[in-house]
Amino acid sequence: MKVAGFLLLLAGWGIVLSAAALLKPSAARSVFALAGAGVEVMGLVLAIRSHIVPKGDRS
Amino acid sequence: MTDVGTALCFVMILLVPLAALGLALMNTGLGRSRSAAHTMLTALCIMATAALAYFVCGFSWQGVAGRAAHVLSVAGKPWSWAGAEAPFFSSLPLDGSTPSLVALLQMFSVGLAALIPLGAGTDRWRLGPACVSSALMAGFIYPLFAHWAWGGGWLSQLGAHYGMGRGYLDAGGAGCIQVTGGLTALSIAWILGPRRGKYAPSGMAAAIPGHHTVFVLLSCFLAWLGWCGLNSSGAMLFAGVAPGTLVLIAVNTMLSAGSSALAAAVITRARFGRPDASLCANGWVGGLVASSAGCAFMAPAVAALTGLVAGALVTLSVEWIDLYLGVDDPGGSVSVHAIAGVWGLLALGMFGRVQAAQWLAQLVGVATLFGFVLPVAYTANWLLNRFLPQRVSPEGEWQGMDLYELGAGAYPEFVIHREDFIQR
Repeated sequence: MKVAGFLLLLAGWGIVLSAAALLKPSAARSVFALAGAGVEVMGLVLAIRSHIVPKGDRS
Repeated sequence: MTDVGTALCFVMILLVPLAALGLALMNTGLGRSRSAAHTMLTALCIMATAALAYFVCGFSWQGVAGRAAHVLSVAGKPWSWAGAEAPFFSSLPLDGSTPSLVALLQMFSVGLAALIPLGAGTDRWRLGPACVSSALMAGFIYPLFAHWAWGGGWLSQLGAHYGMGRGYLDAGGAGCIQVTGGLTALSIAWILGPRRGKYAPSGMAAAIPGHHTVFVLLSCFLAWLGWCGLNSSGAMLFAGVAPGTLVLIAVNTMLSAGSSALAAAVITRARFGRPDASLCANGWVGGLVASSAGCAFMAPAVAALTGLVAGALVTLSVEWIDLYLGVDDPGGSVSVHAIAGVWGLLALGMFGRVQAAQWLAQLVGVATLFGFVLPVAYTANWLLNRFLPQRVSPEGEWQGMDLYELGAGAYPEFVIHREDFIQR
């Protein structure tokens, strides 16, 4: 899950970069960039969840 | 830049180490007394290592806008992705020119960025690995992002090539310094794990109070002075503002910090019945961090509002990260630097005196911080941890970092902790 989280972070960044580089200034470019940011948020959530130690194992 | 501007910029740059001193004192005060000398020494060594690593190779990666750089062509547009300066400052005239002032400011600010993870690793991060980790950050990770944002790189060109306002704007380093440091702090906290005794087996978090609240609060004043220097010199060198704008920058920096600290005081008063000194200090620094991006491009009222929101974000996220995410971050580095920094960057795009499309450039910058800096910082520190364990042994943690790594405590004539505070 940790690796998947970091891969999603990279993928989201790729979407944002692609939107910036390949699309002309328009609403579609903003939507694609926001979608990429959304993918990054999902990746961050996965990365965070993979690092949460189960309560019974904490010491 | 005129001679007066150069002199003013030089003086402002010399204030920046006070911000580092502020962070070092805050991290020391928020840690345990048995690790106080170790934390201060580690801060000093991190500053030294970061400056040397930046001197050896960091500056050559970062470069300066308008000078040599490695450039790719993407869809017919140039994307400058790294500087191409010679190592050891050998191609740099140290004569008061703009590139030389950039190099001087960056030697200090890269140390400031490298200090931030120390707040998350307090009481358990070994001295040697902390220095190596700082060298990795100062030599490679920080300079690459700083080139993109400040060295004429592709982020700064988003406006000219893709119609996104003025391109990614970050006058005082909210992204380059603070978020980079904050995300590295998150990586370090994940890799080190929590301090022994921080979490009960049931998952309940124990409050481990800092040992010196006076240090923590004193650090706020020092940090404010350092931040004025950082925001002013950064705005002059990287955003091209005139010396006359420095008054606005100082006003905005103060308003943001003040409203952020007051927001923290009100929130902790409402939640716990009394204002919490350490969270108010965190709020103050969070306000300074949030002011960095837009200090030269915001009206004072907007800066105060930005600080107000930053104070609320910092106060609430410190508790959330500690209790619900199980991340032991004694200095609150992730909240103060990463979360407040991201808010400051986005607030500039939404509320600053900038074009409407500026928010998209700021979003691309934030996406780059999470999509590039966080994975790279985590991977670099994870690999380092495989070869050079970063966390002290359980025996060392029980004994205290001062005695275990330095052989002497910070307060040898006082015994101010109980040995049964941590279970062996």
